[in-house]
Order: sequence, then structure tokens, then C-alpha cells
Amino acid sequence: MITRRGLLEAAGKGAILGCAGHELSRTFVSRAEAQAATLGLPAQLPEGTRQEAVLDALPGKVPLIKLSYRPPNYETPVELLRDAITPNDAFFVRYHLSDIPEVKAETWRLSIGGEGAGRETNLTFDELKRLPAVEVAAVCQCSGNRRGLFEPHVPGVEWGYGAMGCARWKGARLKDVLDRAGLKSEALEIVVAGTDKGAVDKTPQFIKSIPAWKAMEDTTLVAYEMNGGPLPHWNGFPARIIVPGWTATYWMKHISTINVATKPFDGFWMKSAYRIPLGKFPIVARFASQETAVNTPITEMVVNSLITSHADGAAVKAGSTVTIGGVAWDAGYSINAVEVSTDGGRNWTAAALGADIGRFAFRTFSYDITLPAKGNYQIMARATNKIGQSQASALIANPAGYHHNVVQTLNLVAA
Amino acid sequence: MRSITIGAALSATFFGAVAAAAVASEKPVYLKKAPGADKVEANCAVCHTLDYIPMNSTFLNAAGWDAEVAKMISVFGAPISPDDQRIISDYLKTNYGR
Repeated sequence: MITRRGLLEAAGKGAILGCAGHELSRTFVSRAEAQAATLGLPAQLPEGTRQEAVLDALPGKVPLIKLSYRPPNYETPVELLRDAITPNDAFFVRYHLSDIPEVKAETWRLSIGGEGAGRETNLTFDELKRLPAVEVAAVCQCSGNRRGLFEPHVPGVEWGYGAMGCARWKGARLKDVLDRAGLKSEALEIVVAGTDKGAVDKTPQFIKSIPAWKAMEDTTLVAYEMNGGPLPHWNGFPARIIVPGWTATYWMKHISTINVATKPFDGFWMKSAYRIPLGKFPIVARFASQETAVNTPITEMVVNSLITSHADGAAVKAGSTVTIGGVAWDAGYSINAVEVSTDGGRNWTAAALGADIGRFAFRTFSYDITLPAKGNYQIMARATNKIGQSQASALIANPAGYHHNVVQTLNLVAA
Repeated sequence: MRSITIGAALSATFFGAVAAAAVASEKPVYLKKAPGADKVEANCAVCHTLDYIPMNSTFLNAAGWDAEVAKMISVFGAPISPDDQRIISDYLKTNYGR
């Protein structure tokens, strides 16, 4: 593991660091640049973020990029996002609140009730696992992924590219769980709470609601497995909500209660947080019961892609073939094409798409290029989905820094 | 249920002694030494590690830091006195502001 002290010494001497696995070799001029470049963090992140970010391993995880220790916010290094499936031990970790109980499956209970439910009931872990099991490959992406790239910067956890991952999630359909209590016709929102909470009592508990129509879809799950194994503690053990296509704010971890509401849920994390301005984004799925005249809860993800084969600034050999690769995803409308440009966006050519493992999953892409002469090249990738949506060419400003899907520009240095 | 508290490296002021970061991987975050740092450590670190402060720098201006501190109190319920609120805001503006 790369230590902070080692980097400081290297940076202080202006040493050239060869970084295995990154094909990255450059002269570092400052501590922040040394550290951030080694982590593959984008140069556009706030200066302080680049200084504080370090590789650090939570129990059960490989070293991820630590942005905050408590609550734990750790993003996945881009080089670990080359495949359609992200391993459990490399999957990003995101919490709002710092009291995160370790839940035991044997004593876990999920209670289901509320005004819109026919009766109050609860489920044990074994009972949950006895419901018909469904597996869905789906991208879990923080709403604020790439927040750190916003210009001007907006406060929050200053994520780079790695607050996302894709896994095969197995569990019971949320609708089958809700059927145990019975849904009344006036059920409007499904309100889900987990066991994590703030360090002081007055901190609003992280509680989210999902429109009843979305909760009843076949792919919305109460998941208890991830990539064939139990959910890691940091990803919601023993059971979490999976809302394929929608941003991770609805993917509640360590769930303990489900309330069927007949009125819009007005907790802080719905009413004030996770909102986007109305009409600014090309969103199909609406959360009508929560909309106001000016804003709406974030819902589905916007179409996006990321080059993961190379770090920004990587050196390649002039004249030899280089494979540019990465992942593309959207809200489940399916990726139609990924195009790559090697000349800063003037010309675009279709990349080869990898296996389709499901419409909610990462779709890998690859494109072989030869950079003929020595020099700097601007490589770009742009995904389009089957309903004709494409990535933004310019940032769509919004107060909380969500939905960053601006086409990425990656510099390669042919030498 | 057992609580996994990631690290307990709250400030010396808060606990009256330097608590060892006994659990998991939380490491101490060192802020710039300047007037008010003790109040920042004593109050802010109750709910979150202090890396949130440099992480959100140096792009916040005075109004931005004022708003962040006010949000911690009014929205997240941080029990911070008005005197400490002023000292904390001043420290952040001076040391981590734009």
C-alpha cells in the first residue's frame, strides 16, 4: 500500500513515481497532486479533497479511496471498475450517519405496516429467504457521484468517479414482501428505514420513500445476496432495498421497517435532500407525490459512461495499438452505443460493446486505437441509450451536485 | 446489536484525553493549528471525522462556511452554542475558506 509518508517524501524531492497498474509516470510538484494522481483521482477535485483522500481498507474491503472515515465514505478506484461486475470487497461505501450497528441475521426482523397496509406483520431472515428469489444485475450509483467535478464546486462528499458499482443482487421482490401485509388501494409511498442513525438524537434518521408503483415493479427487491455471497456489512447486511435504474439513495441498507404511507412522506431526506430542479434533466420516471413547483426528488440515473482502462495522463507507446475500455450504463432503457473520440470530440467512432448481462447493469465497451505520433491525445467516450438519450456535453448545474454525466475527457501521452 | 463505531478518535477536548483509534481504520485527522481549532474538534468530531472540513475546501467562501455550520445545527441537530458557532465559523473561514 502506498503510504502518505512515502508520497510526501517523493513529492518533496520532485521524484518521478512509476505507478504499477496505471501506466502512469509523471513528475509530482505538490503533495496534493502526488496523492490524488496516484489514486487516479481527477485533477478537478477540490484541493482539500485531493489532500485528504488516501487508500484505506475497511474491514472486509480491499483498499478503497477514503474521502471520510466517519461516516465512512469510500469510493472505488477506477481501475477496479473495468469489468461489468464489481467485486463485493471493492464496492464503494456510502453513509450519511455514523452510528452503524452490526446486525445479526438470526435476530433481524423486518416489520411491515402503516396506514396503507392491511395489517402489521414482520419477517425473519429465514422467512425472507423462503420467498421466491430473483436475481438482478444492476448498477448502484450514488446520486452525487462525480460531485467533486462540479464547477463551481458544491459542498458535500466530494466524490470522483468511483461512487458506483455493479453487482448481481439476489433477494425477494419487494412486492412479495409487501403482500405479506397487504397493500390498500390508497397506498402512495413505501417508506423504508434502516438501523443506521446519527451520533446525536436530533439528527434526522435516514429514511426514504419510494413511490408505490415503483416498489411494486418486479425488479425492485429486498436483497440479501450480492454476487453470490451475503451482503457485506458496509453494503447493507443482512438485507437492503434494490431499485434498479434509480440512484442509490433509495437502496436502503440494513433495513428494519417498511411503512406503507397514504400521504407523501415529509422527512428531511425526502423533503429537503436529494432534490433536483424540475425540468432540467431528461428524466422519464417521475415521483409525482413528492414534486413541488420547483423541484423533484432525484429518481432514475442519467445515461453515462466511464473510461476505466487508463488513468488520466497515462503514457502509451506511440505507434502501438492501445485498447480503450470502460463501462456504460443508464436507468434500464439499455445502452445502444458507445462512441469514442481520439481527437477531443471532433470525430466519433462506435466502440465494440461487451456482453449484455442485463439492462440495468454495466455494459463494457472497448475500442482499439493507434496513436500515430508522439504527443498528447484527448480521448472521449459517449454513451447513448435505446430511447435516444445521450450524455451531457456541458454540466447541468444543480444545488446538490447530482447527475454528473458530462462526457469525460481523458488525456493520453504517446511517447 | 453491537455498534461498530469506526474509530473513536474524538478530540482531546471532548474526551479529556486522546482516545486511541481502537476500532477499524479511522485515523486522526489533523486540522490547521489556529485559534478555534479546539472548538471545531470538540464539536464537529462528535458526528463526523474532521476530514469533511479539508474535503470541502478551499472553495467555500465566508457565507458558504456560515451556511454549512448553521445547517449542522438547525438541520442535523448539532448541540453547539451560539458562541461556539461563531468561533467555529470564523476558524473555518480563516483556515479553509476561499
